[in-house]
Amino acid sequence: MSMATPATPETVARRERIRELMRSVGMLPVLILLLVGFALASENFLTVQNLSIITQQASVNVVLAAGMTFVILTAGIDLSVGAILAASAVVALQASMSPQFGMLGIFAGIAFGLLLGLVNGGLIAFLRLPPFIVTLGALTAMRGLARLLADDKTVFNPDLPFAFIGNDSILGVPWLVVIAIAVVMLSWFILRRTVMGVQIYSVGGNPEAARLSGIKVWKVLLFVYAMSGALAGLGAVMSASRLFAANGLQLGQSYELDAIAAVILGGTSFVGGVGTIGGTLIGALIIAVLTNGLVLLGVSDIWQYIIKGIVIIGAVALDRYRQSGTRT
Amino acid sequence: MHLETDVIPLLEMRGISKTFSGLRVLKNVGLKVFPGEIHALMGENGAGKSTLMKILSGAYQADDGGEIRINDQPIASYHPGTAKDLGIAVIYQELSLCPNLTVAENIYLGRELRRGWTVDRKGMEAGCIEVLARLGAEFKPATVVGTLSIAERQLVEIARALHAHAKILVMDEPTTPLSSRETDRLFSLIKQLRSQGLAIIYISHRMAEIYELSDRVSVLRDGEYVGELARDGLSAEVLVKMMVGRDLSGFYKKEHAAYDPGAVVMRVRDMADGKRVRGCSFDLHVGEVLGIAGLVGAGRTELARLIFAADPRTGGTLEVAGKPVTLLRNPADAIAAGIVYLTEDRKAQGLFLDMSVADNINVCACVPDARAGGILDRKHAAQRATDAIRSLSIRVASGKVNVGALSGGNQQKVLLARLLEVKPHVLILDEPTRGVDIGSKSEIYRIINQLAKAGVGIVVISSELPEIIGTCDRVLVMREGRLVAQVGGASGHEISQEAIIDFATGGEQVAAHG
Repeated sequence: MSMATPATPETVARRERIRELMRSVGMLPVLILLLVGFALASENFLTVQNLSIITQQASVNVVLAAGMTFVILTAGIDLSVGAILAASAVVALQASMSPQFGMLGIFAGIAFGLLLGLVNGGLIAFLRLPPFIVTLGALTAMRGLARLLADDKTVFNPDLPFAFIGNDSILGVPWLVVIAIAVVMLSWFILRRTVMGVQIYSVGGNPEAARLSGIKVWKVLLFVYAMSGALAGLGAVMSASRLFAANGLQLGQSYELDAIAAVILGGTSFVGGVGTIGGTLIGALIIAVLTNGLVLLGVSDIWQYIIKGIVIIGAVALDRYRQSGTRT
Repeated sequence: MHLETDVIPLLEMRGISKTFSGLRVLKNVGLKVFPGEIHALMGENGAGKSTLMKILSGAYQADDGGEIRINDQPIASYHPGTAKDLGIAVIYQELSLCPNLTVAENIYLGRELRRGWTVDRKGMEAGCIEVLARLGAEFKPATVVGTLSIAERQLVEIARALHAHAKILVMDEPTTPLSSRETDRLFSLIKQLRSQGLAIIYISHRMAEIYELSDRVSVLRDGEYVGELARDGLSAEVLVKMMVGRDLSGFYKKEHAAYDPGAVVMRVRDMADGKRVRGCSFDLHVGEVLGIAGLVGAGRTELARLIFAADPRTGGTLEVAGKPVTLLRNPADAIAAGIVYLTEDRKAQGLFLDMSVADNINVCACVPDARAGGILDRKHAAQRATDAIRSLSIRVASGKVNVGALSGGNQQKVLLARLLEVKPHVLILDEPTRGVDIGSKSEIYRIINQLAKAGVGIVVISSELPEIIGTCDRVLVMREGRLVAQVGGASGHEISQEAIIDFATGGEQVAAHG
């Protein structure tokens, strides 16, 4: 039997405050630790140019992970975002070839992603199929669809009308980063400031209670998968604008795993109802920093995979350990 | 009984304290249990009963300075394995069986018989025939537990304890899910176990059960040991005083005026689901508190859920405030029509435990409140939460606290606040005071009275007859899916425990619409 520490109201209140702080900063200490570590290990790391590269590399994953946050908050999962990205990128590039309306490619990519997301959401909300199964099927089917649309070739457009997205900056900030920040802010607004946000947390926290509170659960599910799909479409436009090309076979391969990892690193609960978009942003940055730093250090590709995997599991284990005292 | 001091107690807990993050939930509690006795442990919710039993089972470690003695031998280190080895078995409220395994596999769980590398199923099934027969079980060892009723599963739990040679059996509110016939059978089994020399620690809120079973009663209040009563000294008054620490005369109050029989707020006709509810019709009046009584399984909750459109119905019409409700497909439609429903299972179907008190209160009302584009009106929401916390006297530091951290009574008031924020015409309360401490109970009754005065039509479903009798103007009795009788109101029957039980178990009367 352990000795109980003498507890005055003040120490209890202080402990509560520290815990509250720990919860709100989440994985930020891990990110800072990584930044400091790589800065010490490589002098090329902490340069404006390299940090700009990191944020650009992170941007597509931030956009996908934002959509994934919506889905995981409802205790769901979307394994198909990488495949949706590939299919939407093909559609965006094909639309960009039209002589006068090439800019419509942006719209076409996002709309096609939204459409595929609605298909996922419809199957999950109306046929009550498990999200894992639906999006696992969609992962395969939509990649096939992407290859079909591209006639199993790489679609290439050297005069891409929306190439500025992947290559230009506005006020010194790359467009990719601007878009990622805008998506994070929009997501934060939806989750924190709208009725839909409250209902997303409610459905994830207790679906039966949500239904009995008059929340139309199907609407919420349809919304989150549509959101995830549309953001995958946006990610497609971003990827395509860098590559000037898209194909069904390789583009977006295993992007869903990085998105899921970012969300989980960000402290969002896999069982739904708990999590923040800010956490997801930090999670995505951790992955990007890790990838970039390991490359700079000349760590081999093989070891990068192993280290990334270990960091993801380790960080979440640390989080569990840290929060284990908060619930009695 | 074993009140003589020279008898060595089978179990003695001395000076047990327990602190959770600075909060002392048990203060120097002692407990003595003798072989062959049923020892009731009583106290309000949060009094520390469950914590004490979790220390006994080894799930929690007591603070330093406490001691647990078995047969006068102090037990040095104590963890879950120790409790099992010492013959202490706890039958929890949430049964801890694997529904996918057979009875025999559950009984032998963790101690499986082996034959070489394989599990000896035949041997295990043979090995539990004896203990099942001793309990009068009517199912076979090879039956899959998932196919058994709750009462039968309880038997399996008890069989498992006996099979592991338990000498001390802790039962935590075992009758909550049982019908009265099943309860009777359980009681005779408990008495039989006592005569076989087992010590039984029995936790319950129900006075009648304590009278029927217990040889001695220990009472906890706010984590402290208040005292012990022998069977001869038992009286409800003394017990309640010990549990609450104050006098509770005038506990139930009917303060609202009698309803006007002409002013119907909800007309329910021929509600049916084709299974458990068979053609129920009744009227609810403006400002009326209408009770629905009946045995467990009579279909009361099912009827409420049909009215609220939480489950699909095969027939039935509804009229609220004079207008027929044509669109009634889901709870959202019911709420739009002015009907709200307080679920009987607050944690599983009511609360969002990871969300704040304020968010829990506002989850319904934020929809009509919202500005264009579904943007939350946060000022209004914060104001609503603050007002509700004050007017329902919810004890919480601020609306930002997670609702999971509140006591059962305060959680119930949060749920009630959520429903009231949509300004309903009809409020259906399903077991409104289940798992709620006595203080919050009386506050919930006060709220019911206030709402009735304000003209809300209220339906109270409850298994506690004193609650029904104490709060309702009129009571409908339900049996096997039908409303079979009415007491109070214009029925000519006085609202009494006897009348309700009589109708609920088979007495005859033609139901009137009232």
